[in-house]
Amino acid sequence: MADCGEPDGPGNKDDITRSKNEGKELTKEEKQRLRKQKKHQKKQKERKNEKGPSETEKDKTPVSLLPPPQPVATQKAPSALPAPASAPIPVPASAPFHSSPAPSPADKPAKSKAELKAERRARQETDRAAKQPGSSSSGIKTKVPLSELNPVVKRLPEHVQVDDPAVVKRLAKKLERQQTLPYGASNKIPLRSDYGYKVSLFSHLHQYSRKAPLTQLLSIPSTVIHPSIVRLGLQYSQGIVAGSNARSVALLHAFKQVIRDYTTPPNEELSRDLVNKLKPYISFLNQCRPLSASMGNAIKYIKKEISNIPSQCKEEEAKTKLLTCIDRYIEEKIVLAAKAISKYAIEKISDGDVILVYGYSSLVNNILCEAFEKSRKFRVIVVDSRPRLEGREALRRLVQRGISCTYVLISALSYILPEVSKVFLGAHALLANGYVMSRVGTSQIALVARTYNVPVLVCCETYKFCERVQTDSFVSNELDDPDDLMVTRKGKTQLENWQDVSSLGLLNLVYDVTPPDFVDLVITDLGMIPCTSVPVVLRVKNLDQ
Amino acid sequence: MDKDELVEYFRTQVRQDPEVPSAVAAIRTLLEFLKRDQTGETILGLRENLTQTIRRLEEADSSVAVSSGGELFLRFISLTSLEHPDLSQCKKVMVERGELFLKKISLSRSKVAKLCHTFIKDGAKILTHSSSRVVLKVLESAAADKKRFTVYVTESQPDSAGRQMADKLQNLNIPVTVVLDAAVGYIMEKVDLVIVGAEGVVESGGIINKIGTYQLAVCSKAHNKPFYVVAESFKFVRLYPLNQQDVPERFKYKADTLKAVEDLAEEHPMIDYTPPSLITLLFTDLGVLTPSAVSDELIKLYL
Repeated sequence: MADCGEPDGPGNKDDITRSKNEGKELTKEEKQRLRKQKKHQKKQKERKNEKGPSETEKDKTPVSLLPPPQPVATQKAPSALPAPASAPIPVPASAPFHSSPAPSPADKPAKSKAELKAERRARQETDRAAKQPGSSSSGIKTKVPLSELNPVVKRLPEHVQVDDPAVVKRLAKKLERQQTLPYGASNKIPLRSDYGYKVSLFSHLHQYSRKAPLTQLLSIPSTVIHPSIVRLGLQYSQGIVAGSNARSVALLHAFKQVIRDYTTPPNEELSRDLVNKLKPYISFLNQCRPLSASMGNAIKYIKKEISNIPSQCKEEEAKTKLLTCIDRYIEEKIVLAAKAISKYAIEKISDGDVILVYGYSSLVNNILCEAFEKSRKFRVIVVDSRPRLEGREALRRLVQRGISCTYVLISALSYILPEVSKVFLGAHALLANGYVMSRVGTSQIALVARTYNVPVLVCCETYKFCERVQTDSFVSNELDDPDDLMVTRKGKTQLENWQDVSSLGLLNLVYDVTPPDFVDLVITDLGMIPCTSVPVVLRVKNLDQ
Repeated sequence: MDKDELVEYFRTQVRQDPEVPSAVAAIRTLLEFLKRDQTGETILGLRENLTQTIRRLEEADSSVAVSSGGELFLRFISLTSLEHPDLSQCKKVMVERGELFLKKISLSRSKVAKLCHTFIKDGAKILTHSSSRVVLKVLESAAADKKRFTVYVTESQPDSAGRQMADKLQNLNIPVTVVLDAAVGYIMEKVDLVIVGAEGVVESGGIINKIGTYQLAVCSKAHNKPFYVVAESFKFVRLYPLNQQDVPERFKYKADTLKAVEDLAEEHPMIDYTPPSLITLLFTDLGVLTPSAVSDELIKLYL
């Protein structure tokens, strides 16, 4: 950030302390100014700690494009850069730019809004100029030249750029910055380190070990992260809470607790501060285990609801409103959607069917149990795979209901498929180009089922639809703990010392994508649609919002 | 208007104008019922009565088109909010919109024909299946456009509907040959394109048509010949069959068979289902669509 003006003169602080002492309520402008001061101080401290003298030098060569009405001491000659066309002014609160009036506090009221805006624009441009020469490291970023309007820069998410050291450094810095209290580095969110040798095709993804959970690196008591979030993160990383519906619901319940315990600090607005408070929590959870598409959609919804809270709303009212919103989201998008999907799916189950399911999907289990209640006669074949062996849980639940089941491992798939009449699969997410992202092994099942001409039905709620597009399982995936692949049989663990063999890598993939040609039907809460109609549903949903 | 009157009215419609699609006849009957109906007190009651009427019509003629046409009619007349507090006012509005709907769909066949005949090139050899009035209209407009082509028609047992089609085409002076259903594989290498009609277009983009269509589609795929389907938009139905078995029984057999016979396993089905992967293009009055676009259109029509 450009260090254009002098740091806040004593005049500003005096003003505010004066009004505080007088017991007056701070006006909006003053609140904004206070916020900016705090941010500026934080930045200054950081800068002093990390960057060398060269950076501060760069910062001290600001570019002024529009001469501010009151000349600032350290400003130099105007730059060679063209004036910005109409750079949109960012929302004052979120902008990290310091747009305090120039050092003549006595003239503060004299400065008009337009002049303030002009100054802010100047600061933005300087900052962008300062950043430009420094960002030579990642060529992947598509930075548009300055002369354009504020561009829609599409950056690759950092979790698929793990092998690029510059990106990792940037993430570490971002996590540090997300501390909400202005004291020292001991309160930052730790960065989880990768474990073990990664197979070269997947070296751009994170690979963590379950034996080193992130929570070990946190100090007690952790003042940055709310305890229910810490608990949630631990449950995610140890695999105690697994499955996309379960994870989303757990996330929403944890956020409810956070909201209940939240109090707006003085001089802040709930709608803005709460969103900022949630950011470090989300980064922390992301470090524990990468967020799923359904969790991403839930978080977007919560953020939207929070920022839509009107500023005159009292805190208690706002909090109850948010809690009811979250409850309604869970009820509508998960519970009722499951009922609607069961209703459609039961039409597709006829008497005498042999249904194949893979792994454990809460939705598919729900459907089968409901169909059994409605006295459909069918039997189920549960296909399972290592290392998670989730099928056993599905098997247990179905057998408890009295449904007759068969259990095979995925290697016996082509043996058992001639008996099967339908395949029901769950999904982790449905991508915008019609591809289905689900547990690894799903695309294999769909492929073999297609060869045997067995219809494949995917069941998925609409809140799992995401705007991403992916055609293969390499570009974005999750790597689980490689130690899970080790198995002990008859007292011998074959891969015990796999780390010592330098050319050996263990790959424990979590997800894969299935192309839409292998899927015959998608059952959603809106009805039964072909796999190619997912973008239509997304479009209709966006219209509704 | 009681059940027998309804069915009689429907049958008269079909008899008077053999060219009219059965769905249009059904909709005319429904409109008539709406005009004459005195018993409905509320809008919900009216809808109930209409739904029951559609069921009775389906008993008379079990084709998919009657069912889809009826459902679309229901949607069309009750889709926008009817704000008049008076029921008779509401009914008048419904009747007006019903007439509008009827007028629109009577023109749909010519719209389809206009779209499709440009795909028939001069000197083409066309293969078609059984007797379809839409395909006849298409070939008629192509012939009127001074194009020269020959047509092969499958005989289409058990009712030999293909022979009637051949007669009609001969009256239009189009050279036509009747082939056995079993000879489809033999003749496929000679033809340039395949055009069939449809009794119903399902949500996946597949079609339900006279038995033998699926075979035709598989053969044409194997020979890489384009397989075109011509259908009006009121034939779009909210079914989603996964395979042949998944098509509901009430469509597979003629209405009389359904009522008379006890064990349907003895009877031979009259229709089959062709999946969307075998269809190249669908010509409808909504435009020329690929099978995956059918779902888009259906979502627009029904949601």
